[in-house]
Amino acid sequence: MSLKEMEKQIKGLEQQLSQLDSTDPQNEKIRLELVQLIAKIQKETYANLTPEDKVYLARHPLRPNANYYLKGLFKNFIELHGDRLYGDDRSILGGIGLLRDIPVTVIAQMKGKTVEENINHNFGMPHPEGYRKVQRLAKQAEKFGRPVITFIDTPGAYPGIGAEERGQAEAIAQCLMLFMELKVPIIAIVIGEGGSGGALALSVADHIMMFEHSIYSVLSPEGFASILWKDATRAGEAAKLMKLTAQDLHQFGMIDTIVKEPVGGIHTWPDYVVTQLKEVIYKELTQLRSQKKQVLLEHRYKKFRKMGEN
Amino acid sequence: MDDLFKERKEKVKGFKALRAKKNRFTALEIPDGLYEKCSECQKNLLKEDMIKNSFVCPHCQHHFRIRAMERLHLVVDKGTFKEVLGYKKSLNPLGMPGYLQKLEQNRQMNKINEAVITGIGKIKGYQYAIAIMDSYFLMGSMGKVVGEKIVNITELATKKKLPLIIFSASGGARMQEGIFSLMQMAKTSGAIGRHHQAGLLYISVLSHPTTGGVSASFAMLGDITLAEPNALIGFAGPRVIEQTINQVLPEGFQRSEFLLERGFVDLVVKRQDLKETIAKISKIHGIEVTE
Repeated sequence: MSLKEMEKQIKGLEQQLSQLDSTDPQNEKIRLELVQLIAKIQKETYANLTPEDKVYLARHPLRPNANYYLKGLFKNFIELHGDRLYGDDRSILGGIGLLRDIPVTVIAQMKGKTVEENINHNFGMPHPEGYRKVQRLAKQAEKFGRPVITFIDTPGAYPGIGAEERGQAEAIAQCLMLFMELKVPIIAIVIGEGGSGGALALSVADHIMMFEHSIYSVLSPEGFASILWKDATRAGEAAKLMKLTAQDLHQFGMIDTIVKEPVGGIHTWPDYVVTQLKEVIYKELTQLRSQKKQVLLEHRYKKFRKMGEN
Repeated sequence: MDDLFKERKEKVKGFKALRAKKNRFTALEIPDGLYEKCSECQKNLLKEDMIKNSFVCPHCQHHFRIRAMERLHLVVDKGTFKEVLGYKKSLNPLGMPGYLQKLEQNRQMNKINEAVITGIGKIKGYQYAIAIMDSYFLMGSMGKVVGEKIVNITELATKKKLPLIIFSASGGARMQEGIFSLMQMAKTSGAIGRHHQAGLLYISVLSHPTTGGVSASFAMLGDITLAEPNALIGFAGPRVIEQTINQVLPEGFQRSEFLLERGFVDLVVKRQDLKETIAKISKIHGIEVTE
């Protein structure tokens, strides 16, 4: 059973549950059975998620966006706007704050929760000015010796006329080069969808984490299917071939940590994950901050250098 | 007696083949009396004339797409090119069905092992670390081997304090190698960064087409960026953009001249003038001329 089918089934069961007359003591037994059945179905489905399910979960409308983590993880957060060249891209949110006692620069790709929000954030698809804002904030972080923490959640960089006119390719390329040599620790966290170069631009880091049900790929499965087979509806098949799950990438040695999600996905219990995440990031950051700059940079270079060496 | 001659004949044949192989980088085959139609102005032209005119149509100046080997003959001084990692062949890291066969077909069709040739050679006497991409080989797409070869030649340039020149021609990341291809963007950009930090010159030459993961990494990181006339250069492919915005793109969109106007390339250079332009740039940067 796919995740979508399961969600439908559970919705049906929950409806039955809500229709039960709670004043009738005879219904208590049925209620218990139904609750147990829901838990069982959930557990079974989540134990055998297919790559297609993961794609669905990574883009789940209830999945918390970067804003949720920003609020939960950082104290004293101040948003900083603009690239000083053209404008302020709302699909990338940047700023400074404290992770416990450590001052950090935070850069996050933002998807919206509602239609209006999504239009405001351009569905998490940055323009060049977004990637130039990233560069500005990263250089600022370097100046003040602040580590950089990035949150990745994008279908990809925006493919449009304005984006091309203002040099989307150049903006991403500069991000990659800058992050490869930025003299402060960088931690990247893929929270939902990591799509193509638009995601990679924020993912060059000393430590890369991925949420258990997030994905990261060279292109969206739909795009992949339409390039390879000229048929975007075969996205499920593509997802399987592409090896885009956190588990696959961990196996390839491309990411360092998988952040566990509760059964049912992070949206069922986001607070729990935030507490855990704070702990993991803090620990990793302390370790990275203790390294000499030269060592840090050499490690980062080698880490990417060996990806696909032979 | 006959056998002896036969044996000798075989040997001579072998030597000839070996010599031909050695001359791969020094001689270009020019076909006799063949005509070809220019895809732009539709005029018939003698292939020989077209090739002698640097693969440019003498009537309408249309720049034909050229193979890496042809580019090498046009730009690199005869007999100076020493190839590096030419033997490298791609594997199938994701186990994509049909990929290995496709690679083999492309190797046979294009007579090169991968979508880029790298090495050290001279351009008008100036010594360069050189990478030339081949858009005929799986659309010049960048997988692990292409990424590795670009990084390798860039690191070699940094180590030997050589200027670097990359002729890009690529549709972007190689889909069949998925996430491995994507990571080559970070890897190559990092190597270019180190070359920059060493204070060395990097000239990026963009030819038709340079898009996707190649334009969004090393191709757009040159100290000096040259482009051939009317080359398609951009991040997203025109078809993807048209589908996204649901309208037809204007004429000349994402072409070299468009990028020049928007400030993303330094110069649009005709192929016939390319070698001379590189020489001029080299002279100003004090690159040593060696005999």
